[in-house]
Amino acid sequence: MTSAQVFRGLREVPKYAFLTIVAAVSIGPLYFMAVSATNTSNDVLASRMLPGSSLIQNWQTLLGQQDVYAAMYHSTVNAVATTVLALVVSSIAGYGFEVYHSRNKDRLMWVLMLAMMIPFAATMIPLFRLFANFGLINSVWAVVLPAIATPLLILMFRQSARSFPHEIIEAARMDGLGELSIFFRMFVPTMRPTYAAAAVITFMAAWNNFLWPKVILVNADYQTMPMLISNFTGGYVIDYGALMLAVLIASLPTIVIFFVLQRSFVAGFTGVVK
Amino acid sequence: MTTPAALTELGDTKKSMKRPKGPSPKLSPAARRRSLTGWAFLLPAAALIGIMMFWPMFQALILSFKTGRGTNLAFADPLWFNYTRMLHDEVFIQTIKTTMLYLVIQVPIMLISALVLANILNNPRLRFKGFWRTAIFLPAAISLVSYSLVFRTIFATDGLVNDWLLALHLIDGPVNWLGQPGTARMVIILGLLWRWTGYNMIFYLAGLQNIDPTTIEAAKIDGAGPLRTFFSVTIPQLKPMILLTVIMSINGTLQMFDESFNLTQGGPANTSMTMSHYLYKVSFQNNPNFGYGAALSYVILIMVAILAAIQMKVGDKRD
Repeated sequence: MTSAQVFRGLREVPKYAFLTIVAAVSIGPLYFMAVSATNTSNDVLASRMLPGSSLIQNWQTLLGQQDVYAAMYHSTVNAVATTVLALVVSSIAGYGFEVYHSRNKDRLMWVLMLAMMIPFAATMIPLFRLFANFGLINSVWAVVLPAIATPLLILMFRQSARSFPHEIIEAARMDGLGELSIFFRMFVPTMRPTYAAAAVITFMAAWNNFLWPKVILVNADYQTMPMLISNFTGGYVIDYGALMLAVLIASLPTIVIFFVLQRSFVAGFTGVVK
Repeated sequence: MTTPAALTELGDTKKSMKRPKGPSPKLSPAARRRSLTGWAFLLPAAALIGIMMFWPMFQALILSFKTGRGTNLAFADPLWFNYTRMLHDEVFIQTIKTTMLYLVIQVPIMLISALVLANILNNPRLRFKGFWRTAIFLPAAISLVSYSLVFRTIFATDGLVNDWLLALHLIDGPVNWLGQPGTARMVIILGLLWRWTGYNMIFYLAGLQNIDPTTIEAAKIDGAGPLRTFFSVTIPQLKPMILLTVIMSINGTLQMFDESFNLTQGGPANTSMTMSHYLYKVSFQNNPNFGYGAALSYVILIMVAILAAIQMKVGDKRD
């Protein structure tokens, strides 16, 4: 190494020190959460930062106080149903806007995009009354239906449909393929990265949704994981070890999905942004 | 959730609106059938957005002129009763102030940090890039309720932060972080910064990767230093992305609920409560009042609309 290289290397030190601090602050609370899930409540309050041996005991405490299995089941059903339906409805709409383009469809798109500006708070009470009228309080449909069609997901699919070669569509029509078959057999398989990216953001949003399920799932038997951990703190004595275990369990699915799909997530977005 | 797609799309839609009309207003049978197929493809999404968003928004307006308890509602006399009631509602005025405080302090700090981090991570010579990016983005994978409870545990009177500060002799006795108005709000702001900075950084990284490197090279050849290049070449090209993140953050802050509800429970004495949290309390707790809640929701809607409109205008002017 020449002295110039050493000098350049030294100049890099503050940058890496800064990044290390930022990364530590970012991961710190997550590390604390994971470690605390294995410690007793007293150890958590004593700020023990090393893994303990109370994982099983915390799990039993948690099961004794909360119906974790039911909450996991409801969260999974809600999030999976939302994601699947949202991908189908939004991708077919995005494809429709782009492939069967017309002036009036553009106008409709513009109107739908206005919906992005509507805060959820402004629709929450009438939505609650709407579902109450149809006797759908505590039902999966009430959780899923408002989350299926979002203007942004439609935009995302329309944007990726733009890069889908129209010659393929023409050729498929010549071969006598129906319009729906073209969509399912040609478009869906080619757009896998976009579907992956859309699935990640939709699943995370649905899994983590708190306010609306809290409003519409009145019966405690139907509670989701975020509701469970929120209710956990309602008691007089909080078992912090068990609480942190519940928080960890509630966070695991989104963290796992994030890591599994990280690669296609980035690829999907790059395709969309281009 | 918002995606970078929105940004490129906003511009594109304007363009396609100006597209010339088709060659002939009369369509061939095959073309007409295809156009109908297209409409059929849009129908489910359009119907859902209409029923789940536009219709309730309209209903909320009517509801905001009614009063009563529970489902027993009648038009108020005078009609604007709910709106005048707000002017004397000290708790609501407090929640507006608190929400604005979060907005003014947290959003600029978060977006500037995200921009700086994205700029550092975009350097092709940086080592362990994947690690830094994952580490900084990871908080965004955690639910708002989860992180609120982790922060609540860390900032408890007998929690981690007090233990460490005491060990370092930075404080004399444990601080009741969540029990005092100033510190309770500060903890919420710290939580928001922790959860959302990495999220916004990803948007800036995507934006930076779309910048043509030759423009940066050209600036260097013209003798611009790194700071000058950053402010005169990089920032202007990132402007659409910056605009998007600003709108998203303002929108998100104005609608904030989970942190206020789970981290501080709005306390002490409602000083850290957000507008949405108060709206929830009015509409669904104690004596539910849907009419007043709907009026409150319209104030939030108008605030979001005004701020978004200002942002669009400001963003346009700089072009």
